[in-house]
Amino acid sequence: MKTKLIINGQDRALDADPRVTLLDALRNHLGLPGAKKGCDHGQCGACTVIVNGRRVNSCLTLACMHDGDAVTTIEGIGMADDLDPLQQAFVRHDGYQCGYCTPGQICSARAMLDEAEAGWPSFVSEEMDGAIDLSQLSDEEISERMSGNICRCSAYSNIVDAIREIAHEKQGASA
Amino acid sequence: MRPFEYQRCDTVTDARQAGAGGSRFIAGGTNLLDLMKLQIETPQDLADINRIGLDTIDETDEGGLRIGALVRNSDCAADARILRDYPVLARAILAGASGQLRNRATTGGNLCQRTRCSYFYDTAMPCNKREPGTGCGARGGQNRNMAVLGTSEHCIATYPGDMAVAMYALDATVEIQAADGGTRLLPVRQFHRLPGDTPERDNELDEGELITAVLLPKPVGGKHGYRKARDRASYAFALVSLASVVEVSDGKIARADLAFGSLGTRPWHDPRLEQLLVGEEPSKALFEKAADTLLAEAKGFGGNDFKIPLARRMLIATLADATGLNAAGEPA
Ligand SMILES: Cc1cc2nc3c(=O)[nH]c(=O)nc-3n(C[C@H](O)[C@H](O)[C@H](O)COP(=O)(O)OP(=O)(O)OC[C@H]3O[C@@H](n4cnc5c(N)ncnc54)[C@H](O)[C@@H]3O)c2cc1C
Ligand code: SF4
Ligand code: FES
Ligand code: FES
Repeated sequence: MKTKLIINGQDRALDADPRVTLLDALRNHLGLPGAKKGCDHGQCGACTVIVNGRRVNSCLTLACMHDGDAVTTIEGIGMADDLDPLQQAFVRHDGYQCGYCTPGQICSARAMLDEAEAGWPSFVSEEMDGAIDLSQLSDEEISERMSGNICRCSAYSNIVDAIREIAHEKQGASA
Repeated sequence: MRPFEYQRCDTVTDARQAGAGGSRFIAGGTNLLDLMKLQIETPQDLADINRIGLDTIDETDEGGLRIGALVRNSDCAADARILRDYPVLARAILAGASGQLRNRATTGGNLCQRTRCSYFYDTAMPCNKREPGTGCGARGGQNRNMAVLGTSEHCIATYPGDMAVAMYALDATVEIQAADGGTRLLPVRQFHRLPGDTPERDNELDEGELITAVLLPKPVGGKHGYRKARDRASYAFALVSLASVVEVSDGKIARADLAFGSLGTRPWHDPRLEQLLVGEEPSKALFEKAADTLLAEAKGFGGNDFKIPLARRMLIATLADATGLNAAGEPA
């Protein structure tokens, strides 16, 4: 099955069995091992990547279903010599221990902030009027919106610290 | 995963033809691929319907909304009209799965999601739903998540989803296209099947039929709510959930549209409840009578006995909250 993908801004061609998931395509066929395989069943979020601007579990979708789609992986968000502010915040706040869940956490958080900025409510939002003030995004909101990313090392409080810092800055910059 | 032939459909007609030829539809893939990896589902032909359209929410002539089958759960729960007029549906969707999964999960796929019974998931175990005639492992085994209403001797598993529960409360309608091109409308309250002696059939879709949309009736007022009890605060299936649209006018209950999730073998709407509640003055005694009625035929299997008092408390608390009584069901 021939599939064209735009990965981190680059055109990539894939010719693989239709059974290959997007996660396995990235890791085993395209040389991008940043997205991690935790459960392979949608239960942990370690495989989170951004497809056409939206975070998804790359283990629960087939690569061939994404012909022409734009995929952003952790490698596209930032590498060691050029870290994204969100990655820097994770370093500053110690938002990990073993680091296995971290690429998924960061891809997820990146897209989650866009969702909140677009006014998407969450299950814990009191008002459902489509307005979210990022500078006031509460820890409860961050935790609920990030619940699709499990951290077995339980670095949750530091993960929330890192995301809160970026969320609250983001609004400040645009205001 | 077993090998399969993959076909990408570009139009509804493509999908219909693929369905007529025996292909299995794949939408978000978040349930089907999970089950294919475990070889619980083994389709030979897969028809990808992600690019056939049906991905918008439109107003109907009746003043309601038509949610296309390929509308993602996250788009549905962020739609301004849904948030304004059907908040029970937005809340139910947001109570389910995770942000990542909701970005892929579709309206049609969500309705058709299969049970999360752990015996259904374990191919080394007996399960009538997965392999008819092998028996039911859950009945005398681990049955904490199983149903207490609508069970049969063959299967006691729940339909596990949240979105559909709100659609039952709203009395939505499923629009279905048959493999021969004809369209039929089915009230969502009749979409999922009781297990009876054919637990392998979850719903009323015939082979090759495509869900094209879910229709919501004209908005009704009232207080909308979705309560969900679960083992952790988020990213977990319900133990019991309750979708409610309740309205009080002149001190009397004017509307009480209620549906329960993970309590029965399908989303549970009991018409006796609204008959009993509507026209009455809210009171603790009334709510208790409603709970007695709801649970009169409930039957636990040991591990899930707790669902009976849990559903009772959830119903009473929801009605109290929606009608302005305090948590004990007395005038606040
Ligand atoms: C870890 C995890 C946690 C979850 N938690 C929750 C939760 O708390 N609450 C909840 O409600 N759900 C939960 N889900 C389930 C999730 O909501 C479903 O997997 C999702 O809604 C299925 O939609 P889909 O589009 O991905 O379906 P698919 O996987 O693509 O399809 C599912 C089934 O529907 C059929 N189908 C799809 N579209 C159509 C159509 N248009 N016409 C006819 N048949 C069709 C397919 O053939 C298949 O049989 C969870 C899932 C996971 C993996
Ligand atoms: S409850 Fe239903 S799904 Fe679970 S083991 Fe029994 S037959 Fe299978
Ligand atoms: S590896 Fe995809 S969710 Fe766990
Ligand atoms: S840092 Fe180890 S799993 Fe999160």
